[in-house]
Amino acid sequence: MSPYVAPVSLQGRKVLLHDMCLRDGMHAKREQISVAQMVKVATALDDAGVPMIQVTHGAGLGGNSLQHGFALHSNEEYIRAVAAQLKRATLSVLLIPGLGTMRELQSAFDSGARAVTVATHCTEADTAPQHIAYARKLGMDTIGFLMMAHLNDPAGIARQGKLMESYGATTIYMTDSAGYMLPDDVRARVAALREVLDPATEIGFHGHHNLGMGIANSLAAIEEGASRIDGSAAGLGAGAGNTPLEVFAAVCERMGIQTGIDVFKLMDVAEDLVVPMMDHVVRVDRESLTLGYAGVYSTFLLHARRASERFGVPARDILVELGRRKMIGGQEDMIQDTAMTMARERGIDVSRAA
Amino acid sequence: MANKIRCALIGSGNIGTDLIYKIQRSPVLEPVWMVGIDAASEGLARAREMGLKTTAEGVDGLLPHVREDGIQIAFDATSAYVHAENSRKLNALGVMMIDLTPAAIGPLCVPPVNLREHADRVEMNVNMISCAGQATIPIVAAVSRVQPVDYAEIVASLSSRSIGPGTRANLDEFTYTTSSALCAVGGARRGKALAVINPAEPPMIMRNTVYCLTDEEPDRERINASVLAMIAEVQKYVPGYKLVNGPDYNGKRVTVFLEVEGLGDYLPRYAGNLDIMTAAAARTAEMFAAEILAGKIQLNVVEAA
Repeated sequence: MSPYVAPVSLQGRKVLLHDMCLRDGMHAKREQISVAQMVKVATALDDAGVPMIQVTHGAGLGGNSLQHGFALHSNEEYIRAVAAQLKRATLSVLLIPGLGTMRELQSAFDSGARAVTVATHCTEADTAPQHIAYARKLGMDTIGFLMMAHLNDPAGIARQGKLMESYGATTIYMTDSAGYMLPDDVRARVAALREVLDPATEIGFHGHHNLGMGIANSLAAIEEGASRIDGSAAGLGAGAGNTPLEVFAAVCERMGIQTGIDVFKLMDVAEDLVVPMMDHVVRVDRESLTLGYAGVYSTFLLHARRASERFGVPARDILVELGRRKMIGGQEDMIQDTAMTMARERGIDVSRAA
Repeated sequence: MANKIRCALIGSGNIGTDLIYKIQRSPVLEPVWMVGIDAASEGLARAREMGLKTTAEGVDGLLPHVREDGIQIAFDATSAYVHAENSRKLNALGVMMIDLTPAAIGPLCVPPVNLREHADRVEMNVNMISCAGQATIPIVAAVSRVQPVDYAEIVASLSSRSIGPGTRANLDEFTYTTSSALCAVGGARRGKALAVINPAEPPMIMRNTVYCLTDEEPDRERINASVLAMIAEVQKYVPGYKLVNGPDYNGKRVTVFLEVEGLGDYLPRYAGNLDIMTAAAARTAEMFAAEILAGKIQLNVVEAA
């Protein structure tokens, strides 16, 4: 067995790892992580040297809703409790325009958030200028985040990233929300971004592990110039989860990429704190694999399972249909709608669904 | 043409152009002026072709002609920033304003819910809220007239092609305006509006989901009847307004899934979101016009404050 040799030496490269288990992980927990659990995990991640930690509702600011579920606590309660305990790490939040607003961003900032991921669908960057500018005005580490990036080609991603940069974002993320991309897809898009962005603008990659490509895709991104990678301890996240952060940190160390993370400590956080929190084993299974295979938004997974139980249509069928109908992040209402329509077509009486 | 009320359209973009078609069909309205700010704009050229008088001097270009041309109703499809001035100047000449911007100086209007009240009070400025508001508030009102609604939440899915640069750059205004109207007009105690812009090709038809949380167990039969009756009311001016699924009941949660297909006048059929705004605005103007023509109400000059 010959050791892996990267096409480009990544020895000595510095990469910032951003943990998602307390935000993307909320999706996998149906938003039911308590403040106490969040503080415990965040404190341990901080102690392991993870430099940036995202918290709150899975859908971010404004996320508490019938559409996306209600968390146990308000976003401000989570932010305040965690921010008070962090010694080194920066606390970040997610804002999706159309859901979150500048009022909520101000409130998150007042509660202690100092970085924000402003996320739009990969073709709709121009819905974010207000929020990105506002975050910069607050002095926050401002990240522009292009979701479902497989639905735009490299030139399109470059244009959208450039727009976000023009509004004030200092880091641009390419986001594989469906866990659909393969390393060459990632490489082409990161390279296209690198070509057009200001050299001072950082590039990031946020993966989902639905095809088991989280680690490989993150490495491909770094090879093309990315300097920030999202992952989550034990992979706790939507779909088959995010790039498992402790695994990625170990790979980085083997390759000489500098992350500043204590790998053993991070392994312990994953094993001792995060895995026991899981309601279901977050892994590549039939439905999460379907997300990656069909290019469907990872967060749809548990919604589709619920709709399946209620209306008697298999979750995989619902997910494939959502992919065919080109539904994107935020359209969780269309999961029940699609399930009801499919059930009717199959002769199931939906009015009796409990 | 003495039996029609003469109208001006301010803003020569998609909305203003679509309004020409709808007003030309009306038995009680007649489009006379189109106001723009760019002499070379396609909208003004099209308006001229359709027989309207035009000015590229903004609302000031219209003011000298208001009396001689007997303009009584103006539609403003510009922006929240200039609407206040437009409204002040035209109200001072006794012209009633129908506001399609998020400015919301006047009371919020959803025709099947509260247009009657506004006409009875002869409001000189009414605001049409937002496309999502026009599409969803009737349903919230249909539930809240049966029993108290603690919380209403709506999700509007809009095709990317139908959303102009103004809305994109000011998405929070859309959210705030629509959320507050769910309470003020829909009758819910608390409200929240979500918007999703979907770039799928071919473009998706506007979809809306309305969730209501009732205080007590929902009375299914009465809510079903109320929602179906309300949909029939909206269909009178937006024939493509359709129930796709529901009402669905889950505990105290009532969910209604809607689709809004436009008439395809100037805007394509998928842009039901724009069509429901122009149709609601035209419907509002028609109600005022019919009352004026019947001698039931009289528009008043509004003195500048």
